[in-house]
Amino acid sequence: MAEIVIRNLHKAFGDFVAVKESSFTINDGEFFMLLGPSGCGKTTTLRMIAGLELPTSGQILLDGKDVAQVPASGRDIAFVFQMFALYPHMNVRNNISYPLRSQGVPRAEVRRRVDEVARILGIEHIIDRPVGGLSSGDRQRVALGRAIVRRPKAFLMDEPLGALDAEFRERMAEELRALHDRMGATTVYVTHDQLEAMQMGDKIVVMNHGVVEQWGRPQDIYDFPATMFVAEFIGSPPMNFLRFEASLEPGAETVVLSGTKVPLPRLEGPATSGRYALGVRPEHVRLADDAAFRGMVIATEYLGTTQIVSLDTPNGDIKCRIPSSQPVRTGERVGIRFDTGTLSLFDAATGHALALDRASPGEDVRRGKVRIHG
Amino acid sequence: MSGYSITEPSAGQKWVAGVLVALYALVTLLPLAWIVATSFKSPADSIAYPPKVIFDPTIEGYVNLFTTRTRIPADQIDSLPPPANFAEQIVRDQGMMITGPSRYGARFLNSVIIGFGSTFLSIFLGTLAAYAFSRFRVPLKDDLMFFILSTRMMPPIAVAIPIFLMFRSLGLSDTHLGMILLYTAVNISLAVWLLKGFIDEIPREYEEAALIDGYTRFQAFYKVVLPQAATGIASTAIFCLIFAWNEYAFAVLLTSGVAQTAPPFIPTIIGVGGQDWPAVAAGATLFLIPVVVFTVLLRKHLLRGITFGAVRK
Repeated sequence: MAEIVIRNLHKAFGDFVAVKESSFTINDGEFFMLLGPSGCGKTTTLRMIAGLELPTSGQILLDGKDVAQVPASGRDIAFVFQMFALYPHMNVRNNISYPLRSQGVPRAEVRRRVDEVARILGIEHIIDRPVGGLSSGDRQRVALGRAIVRRPKAFLMDEPLGALDAEFRERMAEELRALHDRMGATTVYVTHDQLEAMQMGDKIVVMNHGVVEQWGRPQDIYDFPATMFVAEFIGSPPMNFLRFEASLEPGAETVVLSGTKVPLPRLEGPATSGRYALGVRPEHVRLADDAAFRGMVIATEYLGTTQIVSLDTPNGDIKCRIPSSQPVRTGERVGIRFDTGTLSLFDAATGHALALDRASPGEDVRRGKVRIHG
Repeated sequence: MSGYSITEPSAGQKWVAGVLVALYALVTLLPLAWIVATSFKSPADSIAYPPKVIFDPTIEGYVNLFTTRTRIPADQIDSLPPPANFAEQIVRDQGMMITGPSRYGARFLNSVIIGFGSTFLSIFLGTLAAYAFSRFRVPLKDDLMFFILSTRMMPPIAVAIPIFLMFRSLGLSDTHLGMILLYTAVNISLAVWLLKGFIDEIPREYEEAALIDGYTRFQAFYKVVLPQAATGIASTAIFCLIFAWNEYAFAVLLTSGVAQTAPPFIPTIIGVGGQDWPAVAAGATLFLIPVVVFTVLLRKHLLRGITFGAVRK
């Protein structure tokens, strides 16, 4: 098992830059998610880690050794393809044993290891079947088996659950995560599904247009998105943006939205001015009659225990998630209050988050020591 | 199961389809059957009018096909030693004696060498080229593919004279190598285009999986792509073989002796000792066999190959 360090990785196809100067680190034993919309460069990044594409420039350190220009066969990593890519002319056993045979592992040893993998994955009963007639779940297990049997330095998975139907995907995701926890293998997993990424990953890299927007723990990415893209891409419904223009002083603890002061964690960094967006997750929006910032209810969606309420505010439409028990009527004007400690502030021109001192007043507000008079 | 289905034809529809196919087969196979029948007729029966459907089969045609004979005056026949075998007996009954083997065997062998040789070469080069065109970033790929196709845009025989002159100055006239190269040159464009289509249909992930599994690019090609392309290779091989096997015009023009193939030779049989239709038919019948065997062996692939790509898996 191995640590993978990606350093200034760059890939261009002619004029088109697929991956731009990207850097991140995958720790030994981590379940690492590459997340982004289609065409964001996540699959290209994975293929470069695998050696199926050679980077234009940059380094890929596999256990400290730069393998960026080493072909796939020399890297000792396993890859699980979205469409499984099982060898159609071989049966299950031969598919799983194929990588071992390339290494010249003795026959008896091959047999033992294939049987062991089949037992782990619960596919002993289909071991001698051709792969053609298998269900997609079993194909997926065989593909996993082919990856596991080698005991590679790392597993790379390209949307391995993408071809499964929704119900089965759920189960397979759990199986995968359980398998990872048991084997402790470094795993890099590409997905465009933010829920899958949050659910399974130890860490997430969010990519867009070939650029790494942010990487870190799912909680950090969700709570403190580094860019407006990340804030919107992660979460359902996504983070709300309340847009406004202002001149911000260093150390400011409020911003003014349409004449109403809204407190937020203390602003770090130099004075700036321009257009900004105040970011707030739907579940951190409260409806409170005494709040000064007001909006009108334009729609409600009932989701069982919670409901999503769409609000029209002077700074743009937002959505909030509140308990279903709270009565709300369409057309009603309501006061809106935000959980101060959870707010993010973005420069609307660059899309980047401004640094906020999370430790200071926000904490007090969250603990209820300070009343917000929004 | 009963009831109406929109995908499964009804029994009546199947029956009609069966009859139509049988009729078509009959129409197509009739000339072939006539050739085979003629090869077992005597020369007299073969030109009888009205044509004889029921006749006494004889292998005279085959004996004549493989031998050269000379006519012996009736009074001298009795002074010859008794016939050593059935073939000699058959010839003796015609008032002739065998003077040696005919050249049919050698011509047939030439056809085998040239037909299969050029098919092998077309497929070998075609598969490699098609794989490269399918998988790699080749500069001017589209132009090259069009150029390859353009070699088929006029009938090959239109360039017969330049080829004749070229072969003469290169010393390729009437050589096996020359004919193999010529038929390969004609077939290679077909092979590249057909095979590229087949290889395009094979997902790259198979090779990539093999690369990841520790195999080299060539091993991945050999062990994963080739078995997957078997259908395409087989059907392409049949098309190439049929062309090279049946080709007549270039064979007449460029071969006359050592490298002459069977198609230009068979018609010459008729001139040996009168209107010997059974011998010609025998030559044609035997000539059909290798292509029939080859096609039957590969028919499973051929059928899949012709409909390949029509249905997504």
